[in-house]
Amino acid sequence: MNGLTFDIAHLLAGGLVLVSFMMLYQDRLFALINVFALHAIVLALSVAWQAYIQDAHHLYVTAAIALIFKAIIIPVGLHRIIQRLGIHRDIETAVGIGPTMLAGIGLVTLSMVLMLRVTPDADPLAREDLAFALSIILLGLLVMVTRRNAVSQVVGFMSLENGLVLAATGAKGMPLVVEISVAFSILIAFIVIGVFLFRIRERFDTVDVGALDDYRGEHR
Amino acid sequence: MTAFSLDAVAAVLLIPVGAAALLATLPNYRITAGLNVAASLLTLLAAVSLLVTDRPQPGQYLLVDDLNIVFIVLNTFVGFTTSVFSASYIAHELDTGRLTAANLRFYHAMYQIMMFGMNLAFVSNNIGLMWVAVELATLTTVLMVGIYRTHEALEAAWKYFILGSVGIALALFGTILVYMAAQPIVGEGTNAMVWTVLIEHAARFDPALLNVAFVFLLLGYGTKVGLAPLHAWLPDAHAEGPTPISAVLSGLLLNVALYAVLRFKLLLAASPDAIAPGPLMITMGLTSLIFAAFMLYRRRDIKRLFAYSSIEHMGIIVFAFGMGGPLANFAGLLHMVMHSLTKSAIFFTVGHIAQIKRTQNIADIRGLTETHPGLGWALVIGVVAIAGLPPLGIFMSEFLVVSSTFARQPLLAMPLVFGILLAFGALLLRLTGVAFGEPRGSTAPAEASYVPMYSHLALVFAAGIYLPPPLVIWFQHVANLLG
Repeated sequence: MNGLTFDIAHLLAGGLVLVSFMMLYQDRLFALINVFALHAIVLALSVAWQAYIQDAHHLYVTAAIALIFKAIIIPVGLHRIIQRLGIHRDIETAVGIGPTMLAGIGLVTLSMVLMLRVTPDADPLAREDLAFALSIILLGLLVMVTRRNAVSQVVGFMSLENGLVLAATGAKGMPLVVEISVAFSILIAFIVIGVFLFRIRERFDTVDVGALDDYRGEHR
Repeated sequence: MTAFSLDAVAAVLLIPVGAAALLATLPNYRITAGLNVAASLLTLLAAVSLLVTDRPQPGQYLLVDDLNIVFIVLNTFVGFTTSVFSASYIAHELDTGRLTAANLRFYHAMYQIMMFGMNLAFVSNNIGLMWVAVELATLTTVLMVGIYRTHEALEAAWKYFILGSVGIALALFGTILVYMAAQPIVGEGTNAMVWTVLIEHAARFDPALLNVAFVFLLLGYGTKVGLAPLHAWLPDAHAEGPTPISAVLSGLLLNVALYAVLRFKLLLAASPDAIAPGPLMITMGLTSLIFAAFMLYRRRDIKRLFAYSSIEHMGIIVFAFGMGGPLANFAGLLHMVMHSLTKSAIFFTVGHIAQIKRTQNIADIRGLTETHPGLGWALVIGVVAIAGLPPLGIFMSEFLVVSSTFARQPLLAMPLVFGILLAFGALLLRLTGVAFGEPRGSTAPAEASYVPMYSHLALVFAAGIYLPPPLVIWFQHVANLLG
């Protein structure tokens, strides 16, 4: 592998981590979804590049799914859902931006230290992809736990899943990647439809513990 | 005979798929409920025929060996009895208007797809395929948990969905790491995901990578096993969904995830330099056991009570498999079978009780043995069994777990016994009021199907008295395989 192909792959994967960070500080839903669309575009480019350098044509399918489904259809659908639900003005941060960013930096450091240490002999590209992928997964989890709105939790989950796709394409010659990305797309479609049909706005409408007990049939 | 046994594997997978397609199109719910039972019975027969025929050679995708055949037979058996229970349960739900005919079509089709997903997870020889199958089974149960469309049911389904998705995402990352570890040794392509190939070469895999992979897999699939602290979805999903689904969730779906964990544990055990998976599993098992045992005391909802009891028992099972060794594995395997049978029987009973009393609130259910002796005594036997009293089967398996632990790690046995006794107290405390107190609530006659619950309980009782030698030899063999 020559230097340039490696650098481009590295740039795209690193770009994904950067966009994940951008998600952490978006406090408006529309902005969050736009950043997610960007995330999906960078993923599509990254996967397409992997398909090109590994000469693995089936990965172009995964790239196409990422581009068409995740960068176009889902964001457009979510925009509509937000308007229908009337939550487009909502501002939500369960945890302040500063602590979230610090936590994010900590998670990325953790995944670098962990993945680079356990894979000294692996193919350098796959190794870096794995480290980046774990960072993206952990940042996606962070988005999910710092948000209370169902839509932004879904966005967090989708960014997490992008990290998985990155890891799967980075692992050279891994079978079933396309199938898995299709399976994930179906899963996400289900979630989005679920949000829309059932008008799920927040995990919990209240933080009143008494009301929660009532909710779960544990009322005394 | 190879062709025939391959057909049996195909039947275990294809019957549910075909049935699902058929059930989705047929409008009459009486016919579909019957068809659901028939399809489940056929699947069970196909699974049992796997026992007697020669096993097919493991292929790139499918595998039948001594380990998974236990799970498949148990899965299809409980799937069949639950479908019988479901037929009478569903008829009542339709009468009271909680479900519509269209709901039922969807419900029956989903039931068969779920059976397909679980069977596929068991017979898959490919860790990628196994992951897809577990995801499929999860998705269908999510849809069924939310079927009542009440606020609580949707909340439960949503929580299950999000936590389950995060769980399977972590499991997929673990799966990718296993592939990465295998790829330099086995070579690129499908072979590096085939379990039988992996286990053969596991000794030469990079141990550090395997360690990290196992942590992700344990957390990911552990979420689905319901191990504390990843259990938050489990009580809600059990309490708010239809009761047949609670029965298969507790009795079967938890086992599917457990099976996945066991497969990867074997892989790790075959690699000499990797960390021992045992201590991790022991820690998670004990945490779940003790946490759930304490939580049992505060329950007010009867289905939630037994959901926490499932967490407790999965904790014991994971603990036993974590201890390892022939005796503890044997005990874990036996406990898993006994728990599946008993817990699904309890949910069958609770389902009918909740329908008669129109509530799941424990305080409003009293004196069942007087008003509904058939159901009341089934509940008494079930709870006595699940609490671990002799002479029922769970007593025996718990006794084996405890005694094998005492022999090897006496210090670990103390928290184990503490947790079991704690749970025992909570369950009997609740049982006395529900079964023997002053009758309260509706005394409408029960239109229950007693056969599924009593046949399960009879099996558990028989296993507590006498285990047939062929069964013991078979389980011992599997226990040795598990290392």
